[in-house]
Amino acid sequence: MKRWIRDGDIVVGRLDRQEAAVVRGLVSQIQDMLLARAEEAPQDELAELTGIRTGPSEAPDDPILGRLLPDFHRLDDDAPDPDEVNSASALRSLHEPELLDHKTGAAETVLRTCSPDGGEIRLTIAEAESWMSSLNDVRLALGTALDVTEDMPEELPPEDPRSPHLGVYHWLTWVQDTLVEAMMP
Amino acid sequence: MTTPVEQERTQPEAVGKEVAAEDRPWQTVVWNDPVNLMSYVTYVFQKLFGFSRDHATKLMLDVHHKGKAIVTSGTKDKVEADVAKLHAAGLWATMQRAS
Repeated sequence: MKRWIRDGDIVVGRLDRQEAAVVRGLVSQIQDMLLARAEEAPQDELAELTGIRTGPSEAPDDPILGRLLPDFHRLDDDAPDPDEVNSASALRSLHEPELLDHKTGAAETVLRTCSPDGGEIRLTIAEAESWMSSLNDVRLALGTALDVTEDMPEELPPEDPRSPHLGVYHWLTWVQDTLVEAMMP
Repeated sequence: MTTPVEQERTQPEAVGKEVAAEDRPWQTVVWNDPVNLMSYVTYVFQKLFGFSRDHATKLMLDVHHKGKAIVTSGTKDKVEADVAKLHAAGLWATMQRAS
């Protein structure tokens, strides 16, 4: 991977076959998690009649999904304000379907534009934005799974089971950062 | 992380008299997290809210150093929409009433 470059209305990058496999594999996994969550949405006749979809009112138990689909209020872990709990539930069921569409759509764009063989990637501005948000979702998921902290070292001791994955995380950070740099107005 | 410093808040609709809870404006709060890139957070603030690079950078640095920043405020509907946009971008955002 070389850094992304902006060429007018096109953003150009290049991944080798192995890098493309890493990106596609991780993006597909996140997409699968989000699609599984979308299937948990309550099905009701009223929603079918009105076309207004409602999502689950409860936050996901899984910490990765929890990070990708945050609450609308900062709820106190020990003594949450009951009004805010109710409001957070209502806002989640109202907004979550659209958020899931956005994230799975961005993942779809990455999978469509990133050939399994690797090679040059040419993106429109809209596609590049999908890449940015999808790479960010993957990093949020990995960061949650690896318990990344702000002062995370470049490398962990080899005996740490997270060690090989941290390299992928740092690489994705670099890929996303150069994409942001290319897109910065 | 450094200790959060209470920041100055502007309350455009709350001047002069005591304001009932229902009249206090809503605020969009962005919280620090260890994953989101400083460059990306700045980009998102510019892109979503039309902020200048300087203003977006200042807010990003507030999030980074103080643990959070209030990025927009206004009616409940506006702030709710802003939080939804920030969630779509992957930022950790919540909404609250101005105190």
